[in-house]
Amino acid sequence: MTALIEIEGLTKRFGAFTAVDDVSFTVKRGEVLGFLGPNGAGKSTTMRMLAGFMTPSAGTARICGHDVQRDSIAARKALGFLPEGAPVYPDMTVTGFLRFVAAVRGYNGGEAADRVEHAIGLTQLDSVRLQPVETLSKGFKRRVGLAQSMLHDPPVLVLDEPTDGLDPNQKHEVRALIARMAPEKAIVISTHILEEVGAVCTRAIIIAHGRIVADGTPAELEARHPSGKLDDVFRAMTQVKAA
Amino acid sequence: MRNMLIVARRELAAYFATPVAVVFIVIFLALQGVLTFNLGNFFERGQADLAPFFNFLPWVFLLLIPALTMRLWAEERRLGTIELLLTLPITQGQAVLGKFLAAWAFCAIALALTFPFIITINYLGQPDNGVIASGYAGGLLVAGAFLSIGSALSAATKNQVIAFVLGVAVCFLFAVASYPLVTDFLAKTSPALAEIVRRLSVAERFQGFTRGVISLRDVIFFASFIGFWLFLNTVIVEHRKAD
Repeated sequence: MTALIEIEGLTKRFGAFTAVDDVSFTVKRGEVLGFLGPNGAGKSTTMRMLAGFMTPSAGTARICGHDVQRDSIAARKALGFLPEGAPVYPDMTVTGFLRFVAAVRGYNGGEAADRVEHAIGLTQLDSVRLQPVETLSKGFKRRVGLAQSMLHDPPVLVLDEPTDGLDPNQKHEVRALIARMAPEKAIVISTHILEEVGAVCTRAIIIAHGRIVADGTPAELEARHPSGKLDDVFRAMTQVKAA
Repeated sequence: MRNMLIVARRELAAYFATPVAVVFIVIFLALQGVLTFNLGNFFERGQADLAPFFNFLPWVFLLLIPALTMRLWAEERRLGTIELLLTLPITQGQAVLGKFLAAWAFCAIALALTFPFIITINYLGQPDNGVIASGYAGGLLVAGAFLSIGSALSAATKNQVIAFVLGVAVCFLFAVASYPLVTDFLAKTSPALAEIVRRLSVAERFQGFTRGVISLRDVIFFASFIGFWLFLNTVIVEHRKAD
Protein backbone atom coordinates (compact mmCIF):
# COMPACT_ATOMS: atom_id res chain seq x y z
CA MET A 1 0.00 0.00 0.00
CA THR A 2 1.32 3.46 -0.84
CA ALA A 3 2.19 5.90 1.86
CA LEU A 4 -0.33 8.66 2.59
CA ILE A 5 2.35 10.96 4.01
CA GLU A 6 5.70 11.22 2.26
CA ILE A 7 8.36 13.59 3.56
CA GLU A 8 11.54 13.96 1.54
CA GLY A 9 14.61 15.82 2.75
CA LEU A 10 12.54 18.44 4.53
CA THR A 11 14.76 21.26 5.80
CA LYS A 12 13.96 24.59 7.43
CA ARG A 13 16.54 27.24 8.21
CA PHE A 14 15.93 30.44 10.13
CA GLY A 15 19.00 32.50 9.28
CA ALA A 16 22.01 30.52 10.40
CA PHE A 17 19.90 28.25 12.61
CA THR A 18 18.70 24.98 11.09
CA ALA A 19 15.46 24.01 12.83
CA VAL A 20 14.74 20.94 10.70
CA ASP A 21 17.60 19.23 8.94
CA ASP A 22 16.96 16.84 6.08
CA VAL A 23 14.06 14.93 7.62
CA SER A 24 12.58 12.12 5.54
CA PHE A 25 9.95 9.54 6.46
CA THR A 26 6.70 8.06 5.21
CA VAL A 27 3.51 7.10 7.00
CA LYS A 28 1.17 4.45 5.62
CA ARG A 29 -2.54 3.96 6.13
CA GLY A 30 -3.15 2.30 9.49
CA GLU A 31 -0.01 3.71 11.06
CA VAL A 32 -0.03 6.02 14.07
CA LEU A 33 3.32 7.73 14.19
CA GLY A 34 4.47 9.25 17.48
CA PHE A 35 6.69 12.22 16.80
CA LEU A 36 8.92 12.68 19.84
CA GLY A 37 11.60 15.13 20.78
CA PRO A 38 12.58 17.74 23.32
CA ASN A 39 11.21 21.28 23.10
CA GLY A 40 12.74 23.10 20.16
CA ALA A 41 13.76 19.89 18.39
CA GLY A 42 11.78 20.82 15.28
CA LYS A 43 8.55 18.85 15.79
CA SER A 44 6.16 21.74 15.30
CA THR A 45 8.21 23.19 12.45
CA THR A 46 8.09 19.85 10.62
CA MET A 47 4.34 19.61 11.17
CA ARG A 48 3.81 23.19 9.97
CA MET A 49 5.68 22.45 6.77
CA LEU A 50 3.65 19.28 6.32
CA ALA A 51 0.45 21.31 6.73
CA GLY A 52 1.64 23.84 4.15
CA PHE A 53 1.82 26.67 6.67
CA MET A 54 5.60 27.09 6.50
CA THR A 55 7.60 27.02 3.32
CA PRO A 56 10.49 24.54 3.53
CA SER A 57 14.02 25.81 2.79
CA ALA A 58 14.63 22.53 0.97
CA GLY A 59 12.86 19.24 0.35
CA THR A 60 9.15 18.68 0.16
CA ALA A 61 6.24 16.70 1.50
CA ARG A 62 3.29 14.96 -0.12
CA ILE A 63 -0.11 14.17 1.37
CA CYS A 64 -2.02 11.46 -0.50
CA GLY A 65 0.33 12.13 -3.42
CA HIS A 66 -0.35 15.89 -3.49
CA ASP A 67 2.71 18.07 -3.07
CA VAL A 68 2.14 20.50 -0.18
CA GLN A 69 3.82 23.31 -2.10
CA ARG A 70 2.67 22.88 -5.68
CA ASP A 71 -0.72 21.31 -5.07
CA SER A 72 -1.35 22.83 -1.70
CA ILE A 73 -5.16 23.05 -1.74
CA ALA A 74 -5.60 19.38 -2.70
CA ALA A 75 -3.08 18.39 -0.01
CA ARG A 76 -4.90 20.43 2.62
CA LYS A 77 -8.27 18.93 1.65
CA ALA A 78 -6.90 15.49 2.52
CA LEU A 79 -5.42 16.74 5.78
CA GLY A 80 -6.83 17.32 9.25
CA PHE A 81 -4.43 19.52 11.18
CA LEU A 82 -4.37 20.48 14.84
CA PRO A 83 -1.88 23.35 15.19
CA GLU A 84 0.24 23.72 18.32
CA GLY A 85 -1.82 25.15 21.18
CA ALA A 86 -5.09 24.32 19.34
CA PRO A 87 -5.92 27.91 18.32
CA VAL A 88 -9.63 28.65 17.87
CA TYR A 89 -11.37 32.04 17.33
CA PRO A 90 -12.23 33.02 20.92
CA ASP A 91 -15.40 34.99 20.19
CA MET A 92 -17.14 32.19 18.26
CA THR A 93 -19.35 29.56 19.81
CA VAL A 94 -18.31 25.92 19.46
CA THR A 95 -21.06 25.22 16.91
CA GLY A 96 -20.46 28.50 15.12
CA PHE A 97 -16.79 27.73 14.73
CA LEU A 98 -17.36 24.16 13.53
CA ARG A 99 -19.98 25.37 11.05
CA PHE A 100 -17.42 27.81 9.68
CA VAL A 101 -14.88 25.00 9.25
CA ALA A 102 -17.54 22.78 7.65
CA ALA A 103 -18.40 25.56 5.18
CA VAL A 104 -14.75 26.08 4.25
CA ARG A 105 -14.43 22.31 3.84
CA GLY A 106 -17.18 22.52 1.24
CA TYR A 107 -20.18 21.13 3.10
CA ASN A 108 -23.61 22.72 2.76
CA GLY A 109 -26.93 22.60 4.57
CA GLY A 110 -27.86 19.27 6.08
CA GLU A 111 -24.55 17.62 5.39
CA ALA A 112 -22.67 20.44 7.12
CA ALA A 113 -24.96 20.11 10.14
CA ASP A 114 -24.40 16.33 10.19
CA ARG A 115 -20.63 16.76 10.03
CA VAL A 116 -20.69 19.27 12.89
CA GLU A 117 -22.90 16.97 14.98
CA HIS A 118 -20.64 14.02 14.28
CA ALA A 119 -17.50 15.96 15.28
CA ILE A 120 -19.20 17.26 18.43
CA GLY A 121 -20.19 13.68 19.29
CA LEU A 122 -16.69 12.29 18.70
CA THR A 123 -15.06 14.86 20.94
CA GLN A 124 -17.87 15.06 23.51
CA LEU A 125 -18.50 18.76 23.21
CA ASP A 126 -22.28 18.55 23.47
CA SER A 127 -22.50 20.25 26.89
CA VAL A 128 -20.67 23.38 25.70
CA ARG A 129 -21.88 23.63 22.11
CA LEU A 130 -23.37 27.12 22.44
CA GLN A 131 -20.63 28.62 24.61
CA PRO A 132 -18.10 31.06 23.19
CA VAL A 133 -14.74 29.32 22.95
CA GLU A 134 -13.04 31.94 25.16
CA THR A 135 -15.15 30.83 28.14
CA LEU A 136 -14.07 27.18 27.84
CA SER A 137 -11.45 25.37 29.90
CA LYS A 138 -8.17 24.34 28.30
CA GLY A 139 -9.35 20.75 27.87
CA PHE A 140 -12.52 21.78 26.03
CA LYS A 141 -10.59 24.19 23.79
CA ARG A 142 -8.22 21.40 22.83
CA ARG A 143 -11.20 19.20 21.98
CA VAL A 144 -12.71 21.95 19.81
CA GLY A 145 -9.39 21.97 17.93
CA LEU A 146 -9.58 18.20 17.59
CA ALA A 147 -13.20 18.34 16.40
CA GLN A 148 -12.16 20.85 13.74
CA SER A 149 -9.35 18.58 12.51
CA MET A 150 -11.50 15.46 12.11
CA LEU A 151 -14.71 17.10 10.92
CA HIS A 152 -14.19 16.13 7.27
CA ASP A 153 -12.98 12.61 8.11
CA PRO A 154 -9.61 13.17 6.39
CA PRO A 155 -7.34 10.28 5.37
CA VAL A 156 -4.38 12.06 7.02
CA LEU A 157 -4.36 13.55 10.51
CA VAL A 158 -1.50 15.64 11.86
CA LEU A 159 -2.01 16.51 15.51
CA ASP A 160 0.47 18.70 17.38
CA GLU A 161 0.23 17.73 21.06
CA PRO A 162 -3.40 16.59 20.98
CA THR A 163 -3.54 15.63 24.66
CA ASP A 164 -1.70 18.62 26.12
CA GLY A 165 -3.76 20.23 28.89
CA LEU A 166 -6.28 17.40 29.13
CA ASP A 167 -7.00 15.62 32.40
CA PRO A 168 -6.26 11.86 32.63
CA ASN A 169 -9.84 10.91 31.70
CA GLN A 170 -9.85 13.17 28.68
CA LYS A 171 -6.42 11.91 27.64
CA HIS A 172 -7.77 8.40 27.75
CA GLU A 173 -10.76 9.43 25.61
CA VAL A 174 -8.61 11.14 23.00
CA ARG A 175 -6.27 8.16 22.79
CA ALA A 176 -9.23 5.82 22.41
CA LEU A 177 -10.57 8.09 19.67
CA ILE A 178 -7.24 8.04 17.83
CA ALA A 179 -7.01 4.28 18.20
CA ARG A 180 -10.55 3.87 16.76
CA MET A 181 -9.75 5.99 13.72
CA ALA A 182 -6.29 4.50 13.19
CA PRO A 183 -7.10 1.61 10.82
CA GLU A 184 -8.35 3.86 7.97
CA LYS A 185 -5.98 6.77 8.39
CA ALA A 186 -2.36 7.82 8.53
CA ILE A 187 -1.90 9.72 11.78
CA VAL A 188 1.04 11.72 13.10
CA ILE A 189 0.93 12.95 16.69
CA SER A 190 3.61 14.90 18.46
CA THR A 191 3.89 14.52 22.18
CA HIS A 192 6.10 14.89 25.22
CA ILE A 193 4.25 12.19 27.06
CA LEU A 194 6.15 9.00 26.40
CA GLU A 195 3.53 6.67 27.89
CA GLU A 196 1.27 7.88 25.08
CA VAL A 197 3.56 6.30 22.53
CA GLY A 198 3.07 2.85 24.00
CA ALA A 199 -0.66 3.47 24.31
CA VAL A 200 -1.54 4.57 20.78
CA CYS A 201 1.43 4.60 18.45
CA THR A 202 2.42 1.79 16.10
CA ARG A 203 5.68 3.54 15.39
CA ALA A 204 7.79 6.31 16.87
CA ILE A 205 10.32 8.77 15.55
CA ILE A 206 12.65 10.63 17.90
CA ILE A 207 13.91 13.94 16.61
CA ALA A 208 16.66 16.05 18.18
CA HIS A 209 18.23 19.24 16.84
CA GLY A 210 16.19 18.90 13.68
CA ARG A 211 17.43 15.41 12.82
CA ILE A 212 15.82 12.03 13.14
CA VAL A 213 17.80 10.03 15.70
CA ALA A 214 15.56 6.98 15.97
CA ASP A 215 12.73 5.40 13.99
CA GLY A 216 10.99 2.16 14.91
CA THR A 217 8.12 0.50 16.73
CA PRO A 218 7.83 1.41 20.42
CA ALA A 219 9.10 -2.08 21.30
CA GLU A 220 12.14 -1.73 19.06
CA LEU A 221 13.00 1.63 20.59
CA GLU A 222 12.62 0.31 24.11
CA ALA A 223 15.04 -2.52 23.30
CA ARG A 224 17.75 0.05 22.55
CA HIS A 225 18.38 0.74 26.22
CA PRO A 226 19.28 -1.86 28.82
CA SER A 227 16.48 -0.69 31.11
CA GLY A 228 13.89 -1.27 28.37
CA LYS A 229 12.18 2.02 29.19
CA LEU A 230 11.30 4.53 26.50
CA ASP A 231 12.13 7.32 28.96
CA ASP A 232 15.74 6.20 29.11
CA VAL A 233 15.99 5.72 25.38
CA PHE A 234 14.61 9.21 24.84
CA ARG A 235 17.06 10.77 27.29
CA ALA A 236 20.03 8.88 25.90
CA MET A 237 19.20 9.74 22.30
CA THR A 238 18.39 13.41 22.72
CA GLN A 239 21.10 14.29 25.23
CA VAL A 240 24.07 12.58 23.60
CA LYS A 241 23.39 14.81 20.63
CA ALA A 242 23.26 17.87 22.81
CA ALA A 243 26.56 17.13 24.54
CA MET B 1 -15.41 32.98 -4.61
CA ARG B 2 -17.39 30.81 -2.24
CA ASN B 3 -14.49 30.47 0.20
CA MET B 4 -13.95 34.20 0.11
CA LEU B 5 -17.56 34.83 1.09
CA ILE B 6 -17.36 32.24 3.90
CA VAL B 7 -14.32 34.02 5.34
CA ALA B 8 -16.05 37.39 4.90
CA ARG B 9 -19.18 36.17 6.68
CA ARG B 10 -17.21 34.87 9.65
CA GLU B 11 -15.23 38.07 9.86
CA LEU B 12 -18.30 40.29 9.65
CA ALA B 13 -20.01 38.24 12.36
CA ALA B 14 -16.90 38.72 14.52
CA TYR B 15 -17.40 42.51 14.43
CA PHE B 16 -20.89 42.11 15.80
CA ALA B 17 -19.93 39.40 18.32
CA THR B 18 -17.79 41.96 20.13
CA PRO B 19 -18.53 45.58 21.14
CA VAL B 20 -16.34 46.71 18.22
CA ALA B 21 -19.32 47.16 15.91
CA VAL B 22 -21.43 49.22 18.30
CA VAL B 23 -18.55 51.41 19.48
CA PHE B 24 -17.38 52.04 15.93
CA ILE B 25 -20.80 52.91 14.57
CA VAL B 26 -21.79 55.13 17.50
CA ILE B 27 -18.52 57.09 17.45
CA PHE B 28 -18.62 57.36 13.67
CA LEU B 29 -22.17 58.75 13.66
CA ALA B 30 -21.47 61.08 16.60
CA LEU B 31 -18.30 62.47 15.00
CA GLN B 32 -19.94 62.95 11.61
CA GLY B 33 -22.91 64.63 13.29
CA VAL B 34 -20.89 67.04 15.39
CA LEU B 35 -18.51 67.92 12.56
CA THR B 36 -21.26 68.42 9.98
CA PHE B 37 -23.69 70.41 12.10
CA ASN B 38 -21.28 72.41 14.27
CA LEU B 39 -17.96 72.84 12.48
CA GLY B 40 -19.50 72.50 9.03
CA ASN B 41 -22.17 75.20 9.55
CA PHE B 42 -24.73 72.89 8.02
CA PHE B 43 -27.66 75.21 8.77
CA GLU B 44 -25.97 78.60 8.45
CA ARG B 45 -24.76 77.89 4.92
CA GLY B 46 -28.33 77.82 3.71
CA GLN B 47 -27.50 75.36 0.92
CA ALA B 48 -29.37 72.14 0.30
CA ASP B 49 -26.41 69.80 -0.08
CA LEU B 50 -24.26 67.50 2.06
CA ALA B 51 -20.93 69.20 1.30
CA PRO B 52 -20.02 69.68 4.98
CA PHE B 53 -20.80 66.00 5.63
CA PHE B 54 -18.57 64.80 2.80
CA ASN B 55 -15.77 67.28 3.59
CA PHE B 56 -15.23 65.69 6.97
CA LEU B 57 -15.84 62.10 5.92
CA PRO B 58 -12.25 61.23 4.80
CA TRP B 59 -10.84 62.65 8.04
CA VAL B 60 -13.19 60.68 10.22
CA PHE B 61 -12.37 57.55 8.19
CA LEU B 62 -8.68 58.34 8.54
CA LEU B 63 -9.00 58.05 12.29
CA LEU B 64 -11.51 55.22 12.59
CA ILE B 65 -10.69 52.83 9.75
CA PRO B 66 -7.22 51.85 11.01
CA ALA B 67 -8.96 50.98 14.29
CA LEU B 68 -11.16 48.61 12.30
CA THR B 69 -8.34 47.02 10.33
CA MET B 70 -5.65 46.80 13.01
CA ARG B 71 -6.99 43.50 14.28
CA LEU B 72 -7.59 41.87 10.88
CA TRP B 73 -4.23 40.04 10.70
CA ALA B 74 -2.33 41.16 13.80
CA GLU B 75 -4.86 39.42 16.03
CA GLU B 76 -4.84 36.23 13.97
CA ARG B 77 -1.10 36.08 14.35
CA ARG B 78 -1.13 36.79 18.07
CA LEU B 79 -3.82 34.16 18.75
CA GLY B 80 -2.22 31.65 16.39
CA THR B 81 -5.52 31.24 14.52
CA ILE B 82 -3.69 32.27 11.35
CA GLU B 83 -2.16 28.78 11.40
CA LEU B 84 -5.63 27.32 11.46
CA LEU B 85 -7.07 29.65 8.81
CA LEU B 86 -4.21 29.19 6.35
CA THR B 87 -4.07 25.41 6.68
CA LEU B 88 -7.75 25.12 5.72
CA PRO B 89 -8.24 24.52 1.99
CA ILE B 90 -8.41 28.19 1.04
CA THR B 91 -5.84 30.31 -0.74
CA GLN B 92 -4.18 33.29 0.88
CA GLY B 93 -5.77 35.54 -1.71
CA GLN B 94 -9.23 34.30 -0.70
CA ALA B 95 -8.46 34.96 2.96
CA VAL B 96 -7.14 38.47 2.24
CA LEU B 97 -10.11 39.36 0.03
CA GLY B 98 -12.61 37.84 2.45
CA LYS B 99 -11.31 39.87 5.36
CA PHE B 100 -11.20 43.03 3.27
CA LEU B 101 -14.76 42.52 2.00
CA ALA B 102 -16.05 42.00 5.55
CA ALA B 103 -14.47 45.25 6.71
CA TRP B 104 -15.77 47.05 3.63
CA ALA B 105 -19.28 45.72 4.14
CA PHE B 106 -19.06 46.89 7.72
CA CYS B 107 -18.11 50.41 6.56
CA ALA B 108 -21.01 50.31 4.12
CA ILE B 109 -23.34 49.54 7.02
CA ALA B 110 -21.91 52.46 9.02
CA LEU B 111 -22.30 54.76 6.01
CA ALA B 112 -25.85 53.56 5.40
CA LEU B 113 -26.72 54.48 8.98
CA THR B 114 -26.03 58.13 8.17
CA PHE B 115 -29.34 58.17 6.27
CA PRO B 116 -30.87 60.74 8.68
CA PHE B 117 -28.63 63.34 7.03
CA ILE B 118 -30.29 62.61 3.70
CA ILE B 119 -33.75 62.79 5.25
CA THR B 120 -32.87 66.08 6.98
CA ILE B 121 -31.55 67.73 3.84
CA ASN B 122 -34.53 66.57 1.80
CA TYR B 123 -36.89 67.90 4.46
CA LEU B 124 -35.16 71.29 4.54
CA GLY B 125 -34.76 71.86 0.84
CA GLN B 126 -34.50 70.34 -2.62
CA PRO B 127 -31.01 68.87 -2.84
CA ASP B 128 -29.63 67.10 -5.89
CA ASN B 129 -29.89 63.53 -4.66
CA GLY B 130 -27.73 62.34 -7.54
CA VAL B 131 -24.82 64.37 -6.15
CA ILE B 132 -25.47 62.91 -2.72
CA ALA B 133 -25.47 59.36 -4.14
CA SER B 134 -22.20 59.97 -5.94
CA GLY B 135 -20.75 61.40 -2.71
CA TYR B 136 -21.69 58.22 -0.89
CA ALA B 137 -20.16 56.09 -3.65
CA GLY B 138 -16.95 58.13 -3.32
CA GLY B 139 -17.06 57.77 0.47
CA LEU B 140 -17.28 54.01 0.13
CA LEU B 141 -14.26 54.02 -2.21
CA VAL B 142 -12.25 56.15 0.21
CA ALA B 143 -13.16 53.68 2.95
CA GLY B 144 -12.01 50.81 0.70
CA ALA B 145 -8.70 52.57 -0.01
CA PHE B 146 -7.99 53.17 3.68
CA LEU B 147 -9.11 49.63 4.57
CA SER B 148 -6.72 48.09 2.07
CA ILE B 149 -3.83 50.14 3.54
CA GLY B 150 -4.80 49.20 7.10
CA SER B 151 -5.23 45.54 6.26
CA ALA B 152 -1.81 45.27 4.62
CA LEU B 153 -0.11 47.00 7.56
CA SER B 154 -1.95 44.78 10.02
CA ALA B 155 -0.39 41.75 8.32
CA ALA B 156 3.08 43.18 8.89
CA THR B 157 2.93 43.10 12.69
CA LYS B 158 1.61 41.08 15.62
CA ASN B 159 1.04 44.26 17.58
CA GLN B 160 -2.32 45.94 17.07
CA VAL B 161 -1.16 49.32 18.40
CA ILE B 162 1.65 49.42 15.84
CA ALA B 163 -0.81 48.39 13.13
CA PHE B 164 -3.13 51.24 14.15
CA VAL B 165 -0.47 53.96 14.33
CA LEU B 166 1.12 52.93 11.03
CA GLY B 167 -2.32 52.74 9.45
CA VAL B 168 -3.22 56.29 10.48
CA ALA B 169 0.17 57.58 9.33
CA VAL B 170 0.05 56.00 5.88
CA CYS B 171 -3.62 56.89 5.32
CA PHE B 172 -2.75 60.47 6.35
CA LEU B 173 0.00 60.62 3.72
CA PHE B 174 -2.42 59.62 0.98
CA ALA B 175 -5.06 62.01 2.30
CA VAL B 176 -2.84 65.12 2.36
CA ALA B 177 -0.86 64.34 -0.80
CA SER B 178 -2.73 67.06 -2.73
CA TYR B 179 -2.51 69.68 0.02
CA PRO B 180 -0.27 72.75 -0.40
CA LEU B 181 1.75 71.51 2.55
CA VAL B 182 2.97 68.60 0.44
CA THR B 183 2.70 69.92 -3.11
CA ASP B 184 4.54 73.18 -2.39
CA PHE B 185 7.34 71.34 -0.70
CA LEU B 186 7.65 68.86 -3.56
CA ALA B 187 7.29 71.54 -6.24
CA LYS B 188 10.38 73.22 -4.85
CA THR B 189 12.45 70.10 -4.37
CA SER B 190 11.37 67.75 -7.16
CA PRO B 191 8.69 69.12 -9.51
CA ALA B 192 8.39 65.85 -11.42
CA LEU B 193 7.42 64.01 -8.28
CA ALA B 194 4.95 66.69 -7.18
CA GLU B 195 2.51 65.92 -9.99
CA ILE B 196 2.66 62.16 -9.42
CA VAL B 197 2.11 62.54 -5.70
CA ARG B 198 -0.81 64.89 -6.22
CA ARG B 199 -2.48 62.34 -8.45
CA LEU B 200 -2.13 59.70 -5.75
CA SER B 201 -4.16 61.77 -3.33
CA VAL B 202 -7.23 59.96 -2.08
CA ALA B 203 -8.80 63.22 -0.85
CA GLU B 204 -8.39 64.90 -4.24
CA ARG B 205 -10.00 61.97 -6.06
CA PHE B 206 -12.85 62.06 -3.59
CA GLN B 207 -13.55 65.74 -4.34
CA GLY B 208 -14.91 64.87 -7.78
CA PHE B 209 -17.42 62.43 -6.30
CA THR B 210 -18.71 65.02 -3.82
CA ARG B 211 -19.47 67.36 -6.72
CA GLY B 212 -21.42 64.64 -8.45
CA VAL B 213 -18.73 63.78 -10.99
CA ILE B 214 -17.94 60.09 -11.23
CA SER B 215 -15.10 59.83 -13.70
CA LEU B 216 -13.88 56.50 -14.98
CA ARG B 217 -10.35 57.66 -14.22
CA ASP B 218 -11.10 58.08 -10.52
CA VAL B 219 -12.90 54.74 -10.33
CA ILE B 220 -9.92 53.03 -11.96
CA PHE B 221 -7.62 54.86 -9.54
CA PHE B 222 -9.49 53.53 -6.51
CA ALA B 223 -9.74 50.02 -7.96
CA SER B 224 -6.02 49.85 -8.68
CA PHE B 225 -5.15 51.50 -5.36
CA ILE B 226 -7.15 48.88 -3.44
CA GLY B 227 -5.82 46.13 -5.70
CA PHE B 228 -2.23 47.19 -5.08
CA TRP B 229 -2.55 47.24 -1.30
CA LEU B 230 -4.39 43.93 -1.20
CA PHE B 231 -1.72 42.38 -3.38
CA LEU B 232 0.88 43.74 -0.96
CA ASN B 233 -1.24 42.33 1.87
CA THR B 234 -1.12 38.85 0.30
CA VAL B 235 2.64 39.06 -0.17
CA ILE B 236 3.15 40.17 3.45
CA VAL B 237 0.91 37.36 4.74
CA GLU B 238 2.85 34.85 2.67
CA HIS B 239 6.20 36.00 4.01
CA ARG B 240 5.40 36.77 7.59
CA LYS B 241 2.62 34.34 8.52
CA ALA B 242 4.89 31.92 10.35
CA ASP B 243 7.14 34.45 12.10
